[in-house]
Amino acid sequence: MEKSDVKIGLEVHVQLTALKTKLFCSCPSDYRGKPPNTHVCPVCLGLPGALPVVNKKAIDYAIMVALALNSKINEKIIFFRKHYFYPDLPKNFQITQYDKAGGAPIALGGFLKINVNGKEKIIRIRRINIEEDPGKLVYPTGSIITSPYTLVDYNRSGIALLEIVTEPDMTTPAEARAFLNKLRSILEHLGVCNCELEGSMRADANISVAGGSRVEIKNIGSPKDVEKALAYEIVRQKQAISKGVTVKSETRHWDDLRKVTVPLRVKEEEQDYRYFPEADIPPIVVTRDYIEKIRKSMPELPDVRAKRFVKEYGLTEYEAQVLVMSKWLADFFEEALKYYSGKPRKLANILINDFLRWIHEKELEPSSIKAKPQHIAELLKLLDEKVISIKILKNILPEIIVQGKSPRKIILERDLVRISDRETIKKIVLEVFMEHKKSVHDALVNEKAVHYLIGQVMRKTRGKADPELTHEMVLEMLEKVRKGELKI
Amino acid sequence: MSVKAYRLEAIEIVRNIKEGNLSITDVIEEFLERIGRVEKKINAFITLRSKDELLQEAKIKDRLLKEGKARGLLFGLPIAIKDNISTRNLRTTCGSKILYNYIPPYDATVVKLLKEEGAIILGKTNMDEFAMGSSTETSFFGPTRNPWDLERVPGGSSGGSAAALASGEAPLALGSDTGGSVRAPASFTATVGLKPTYGLVSRYGLIAYANSLEQIGPMGRTVRDVALLLNVISKHDPYDGTSLKVKRPDYLESISKLYNLHRKVKIAVVKEMFEEGVSREVVAIVGSVVNKLVDEGFIVDEISIPIIKYALPTYYIIAMSEASSNLARYDGVRYGFRANVYGDWNEVFSETRGNGFGKEVKRRIIMGTFALSAGYFDQYYLKALKVRTLIIREFKKAFEKYSILISPTMPTPPFKLGEKIADPLAMYMSDIETVTANIVGIPAISIPAGFAKGKLPVGIQLMANYLKEDLLLTMAAFIEELTGLRNLIAEV
Repeated sequence: MEKSDVKIGLEVHVQLTALKTKLFCSCPSDYRGKPPNTHVCPVCLGLPGALPVVNKKAIDYAIMVALALNSKINEKIIFFRKHYFYPDLPKNFQITQYDKAGGAPIALGGFLKINVNGKEKIIRIRRINIEEDPGKLVYPTGSIITSPYTLVDYNRSGIALLEIVTEPDMTTPAEARAFLNKLRSILEHLGVCNCELEGSMRADANISVAGGSRVEIKNIGSPKDVEKALAYEIVRQKQAISKGVTVKSETRHWDDLRKVTVPLRVKEEEQDYRYFPEADIPPIVVTRDYIEKIRKSMPELPDVRAKRFVKEYGLTEYEAQVLVMSKWLADFFEEALKYYSGKPRKLANILINDFLRWIHEKELEPSSIKAKPQHIAELLKLLDEKVISIKILKNILPEIIVQGKSPRKIILERDLVRISDRETIKKIVLEVFMEHKKSVHDALVNEKAVHYLIGQVMRKTRGKADPELTHEMVLEMLEKVRKGELKI
Repeated sequence: MSVKAYRLEAIEIVRNIKEGNLSITDVIEEFLERIGRVEKKINAFITLRSKDELLQEAKIKDRLLKEGKARGLLFGLPIAIKDNISTRNLRTTCGSKILYNYIPPYDATVVKLLKEEGAIILGKTNMDEFAMGSSTETSFFGPTRNPWDLERVPGGSSGGSAAALASGEAPLALGSDTGGSVRAPASFTATVGLKPTYGLVSRYGLIAYANSLEQIGPMGRTVRDVALLLNVISKHDPYDGTSLKVKRPDYLESISKLYNLHRKVKIAVVKEMFEEGVSREVVAIVGSVVNKLVDEGFIVDEISIPIIKYALPTYYIIAMSEASSNLARYDGVRYGFRANVYGDWNEVFSETRGNGFGKEVKRRIIMGTFALSAGYFDQYYLKALKVRTLIIREFKKAFEKYSILISPTMPTPPFKLGEKIADPLAMYMSDIETVTANIVGIPAISIPAGFAKGKLPVGIQLMANYLKEDLLLTMAAFIEELTGLRNLIAEV
């Protein structure tokens, strides 16, 4: 591994959104967009006398994630209480897990392979915890500073969370982003988290630059923002160090609007959370057999899927890796193949180079993409049948993605069928020659002017003219001009 | 009827109702009348349901009875509930200012079971604040007095339930027992109180003090009544993760069935529980009951379990640690008392807790917080857990040889109000006989053994192995018959 002066570790919080209910009660877990404090009960409100009962499905999901991250699952699952007073925490303690005092997180160790710029790297996992999400503070003006009072919404209270902590093995913001994207793909392949949902995947990032202290950036909402926040932090810390200013150990907040990190509080000493065993939840014993049963029931994971893509469809490793980076995209690819089975690599290339690039540019989430796999298959068929040119394909792709319209329909509606009839093209070339007489004479001596004329034909036909045929016809007509058969 | 209903055993009231000898309305009216007469002196209840509401419920049940639709083991029977057990739409205060206005939106599992069996809840009984105390003096709603001697405490923390039984205000009651809170008041009021095996009775809805130690326990004036109530509340509960999934016998039936086996039962008195800190008169009274057992042909050995001397500190470290956590939720945000302060979060919750909790509760929260703090955790909490494991091991060993262990329930007869309240350590010492059963998780019962100076109740405690409630109740029923001390009501 190359030496680097930057060390980055991540602490990722993942909601197990696939669960129908919360971690310790049967309240529905789809709290998003619901009126405040309607998805609550005595348990998740922490009412006196209420007791937590573990959602066994959450344990199964956590085991699946641990297996996917190559972690060692503990034989006993033990819950602890972590104490701190805060109004979004209805019991003023959080039921979580602990790795000391006889406690044990659900899994220890493990690793995840990431790819950055074609280079593979191993990021080690430190531990995986299962815990409950707190409620949410609501500021009526939207700002903590200007609000005269604060409201609390406990709909989120008790939602099952996984806390996945890495070792500080990442050295660049791009690696951190790649880790999060890979993790997201794994979670989506396992079907435990719909990471697209707002707040379903949140990360804290720890970063230290040689010569400075460890700084924690709290609660960043997306892999892209993690990358931005870390990039900002590296510059900030390096500048400070070069000016001889000490980088304090502190917690900072990522300001999403201004794209800067701001100090939250100085970490003078470790807060005393008074961890101790949660006696209301007896230890849950996980047998080897049980783990094996879950392992066997697990769906295909991204790395395995990528290998299959290489073997089955003849993709390059790079192409396969890009496709499995998002379960949605990989599914889209395989679905489209059902309608376009002949040339998987051609499909992969269109998806990666055109489809995906446009989606990334516009920062679209899968749920806002209307295009169906059939549409892309159809589009490629139209190209193969030379009904449209590659240029037209690229032109109408955004329309298909956003509106979900059939390509054939768009082409007919907008009259985009390729012109490959000699006589028609000949007529248009003549028209262009008449309109650009000077260029025609230039073209007799200058290759560049030839291309100019071809371009004019394409322009006139809005890209519909068959480029090869156009080229051929332009040369043929120029020859006639040279011979004096055609007077311009 | 010549006999007053309030003087009857619960089991008899239920039978008389079923047979049509008593109307439920009459029963309720009679208890209300009795309460009207003695409650001012006793202060057993924090909240009583209104007369109208109770009579309305009685009327409905009388009609069901007439129509032949009466169902349930406790049909029409009034019952008193300790005020730390959640009752839907009925104020539940835990004896604390911090919950003085808290009305739960749900029933504890035991309350649900009582309602299903047709019981009528009379009201909520007084208790030491958050069950922290052995005298029912720390209640925000004033102390409860012992019906046998109004100058004296009824024991605690379920003192209200015990006093209601002993004064004839209720025929049956629920208490909770974290370190002796059912047995101590049973001993001080000449009633019967059982702490079941940990996990036998659901804790869902029981407001936690020390959740690894406590159980809801049935209280009555006879062993049969306690067995009847245990039959109702002992059930696996999916809402309590610590609820045991075991088959539960019919405890009333067990008593009658096991009665003939009793002389084979191996009994031992626990040496250390008759020694340090136990008053001579208690030793003498409990000793005389033991002698009666010997006279009846039982072989009673003496067993020494030296580790018992660590039980009390172990109990208090675990209980206070858990309490500091369990009571963290009272911050005035969602329910209960909130201090009239407008400031930042720290000011609001600190002021609320500072004003809302009483002295003893704050003492235990502070000590528990200390015991869980970084740097002290290993010395106190973890050490206590280790000692707990050792005590459990010793008791398991003892139960390999003996089926029943005997001791006094309380080291002294009832003491006077105010006598120990200023001296926390003296008060804690009164739990010395009872805490062990909670640490180990085994069932224990207190039944009347006699009266000191002819008028101050003294109880005898029996302990049995896990889930041996059937044997425990059988033995208790046998002793009850031997002493003749059953269904005792104080003339207040």
